[in-house]
Amino acid sequence: MTEAATRALEKAAVRAEAERLFAAFLAAGAVPVEADILQPAETLLDLYGEDIRARAYVTADPLNGEMMLRPDFTVPVVQQHMSGGAEPARYAYLGEVFRRQEHLDGRAREYLQVGYEVFDRDAPQADAEVFALFHGLLADLNLRPATGDIGILMAAVKGLTTTDRRKAALLRHIWRPRRFKALLDRFSGRAPLPEARARLLDRLAADAPEALVAAAGPLVGLRGPEDIADRAQALLEDAKAPPLAAPEAAMLYDLLALEAPARAALDHLRGITPLLPAIAPAVETFAIRLDALQARGIDTAALPFEASHGRTTLEYYDGFVFTLQAADPALPPVASGGRYDALTAVLGQGRSIPAVGGILRPGLVAELRGAAC
Amino acid sequence: MLKIGVPSKGRLMEKTFDWFGARGVTLRLSGAEREYSGAVDGVEGVELVLLSAGEIPRELAAGRIHLGVTGSDLVRDKLADWDRQVAEWAALGFGHADLIIAVPAAWIDVDTLDDLDAAAAAFRAAHGHRLRIATKYHRLVRDFLTEQGVADYALVDSQGATEGTVKNLTAEAIADITSTGETLRANHLKILSDGLIHRSQATLFAARQADWGKAERAALGTLAARLGLAVPAL
Repeated sequence: MTEAATRALEKAAVRAEAERLFAAFLAAGAVPVEADILQPAETLLDLYGEDIRARAYVTADPLNGEMMLRPDFTVPVVQQHMSGGAEPARYAYLGEVFRRQEHLDGRAREYLQVGYEVFDRDAPQADAEVFALFHGLLADLNLRPATGDIGILMAAVKGLTTTDRRKAALLRHIWRPRRFKALLDRFSGRAPLPEARARLLDRLAADAPEALVAAAGPLVGLRGPEDIADRAQALLEDAKAPPLAAPEAAMLYDLLALEAPARAALDHLRGITPLLPAIAPAVETFAIRLDALQARGIDTAALPFEASHGRTTLEYYDGFVFTLQAADPALPPVASGGRYDALTAVLGQGRSIPAVGGILRPGLVAELRGAAC
Repeated sequence: MLKIGVPSKGRLMEKTFDWFGARGVTLRLSGAEREYSGAVDGVEGVELVLLSAGEIPRELAAGRIHLGVTGSDLVRDKLADWDRQVAEWAALGFGHADLIIAVPAAWIDVDTLDDLDAAAAAFRAAHGHRLRIATKYHRLVRDFLTEQGVADYALVDSQGATEGTVKNLTAEAIADITSTGETLRANHLKILSDGLIHRSQATLFAARQADWGKAERAALGTLAARLGLAVPAL
């Protein structure tokens, strides 16, 4: 057989696998949806920031400006739902996504994705429904599940006894563990104030920011004296804020590192809730989700849970997150997903609805099934 | 024939010729004035190819030249997984320039990347768009800022006179190469204290994908001996 013929057969097998998974999502009650391959870049750049340029193909349209080859379906599906979908709603889709690869032996640049998204106000039940559905469809592949809950982490940050500005700074970097840790180290007094900052605070104690700006020479650019004065004021206020209380900071570091089977993790979280009462509702949601998962046949005593899982992936997950991973760690996850309530608010122009979903890579499923037989 | 690509004009070309000349390998222009044609004396089987410094990384990656002299910044910026496409054979000790991030000197509240990140968040909220950083080194700058966890910025392309973009209101900050910092100062900009992205200099690279036949390897061996370098692992 020629190489081209082998490839055509492989593609047909992947397509058949995709159709089978897609049919399973429809059978679960989903409505099929489509999305354009060319998406306006602006929306995606606003959501993901500059990082998305390294991960998606950007092209220029002479009339519509910058466009991106669809890097995922979630954003267009949410947009469609928010512009007039019924509620609750379940959607399924099947199609190519395109990912720019910056490494020589990189992963696939274009591949089929099959996805399932649930817009339903009963969040823990919807989380359990999505995970159990994906888990069941791939049960024969012995994949390693991993779960997390960014909502608990966010609740813990919101509940810290510190200024709103510090909480906002930490929440803004919840998906960037390195910067998050640097901020936390500084707010809790583990890292010293940068030298230049200390010098600036000294000078601000003696002079108004406007005078210091004027003394620093001509100010060029769009960022004006009022922007600088505002931030100088913020720095002065921050300097007065006491460091995070040691027990609270310790609790947050402990939470970031929490890795345990889900039931044991729940016990641990309940144990620390009296010290961080703000996490109580999120922990309760976690408990209800575990019961819902158990009711759907998932062994929650063994299900792995990591509080920081999903923090380095796309910037919109803000609750339950999961992946199903093959034994070979070099392979991307076979399935992944999570909750993205805030994204519906961003794209909903004032409206929002709790939403959760996930995607499967039928190419990997076909490969793993092929290797198994 | 072993092909060596060298910048086709200016100080970079002269200094490259000097560097090889000092080691007994004469690179010279041949043909008429203004004709981009060169010759190599002193080592058999080596051909000189004169190219724009900016194109040398691509020619190396494609294997159309075996060796090439260009800035280490250009190779890192233009080639994905650069060290798997080319081998860094020798740093030539000239053409020094630092790729840095600079902001207006009057930003008294910004000294570090941490400050830049916080200023970017506030700027976006106040002005309705992300803080723009003008550069031509898109890959290097984006990788650096991602690694450092800086958010709420946008890169805007600037292929020249980048220091002027802030005054012209097309960017709020810049990422560019500087050697003395004079142009930055003249344009009322300052370097972030932890804003050094890459320390660049003219470097001799070897192409991993080039056609390394018997003749080319022999020429490489002779050249290595003449230059006093170990033969690069390819």
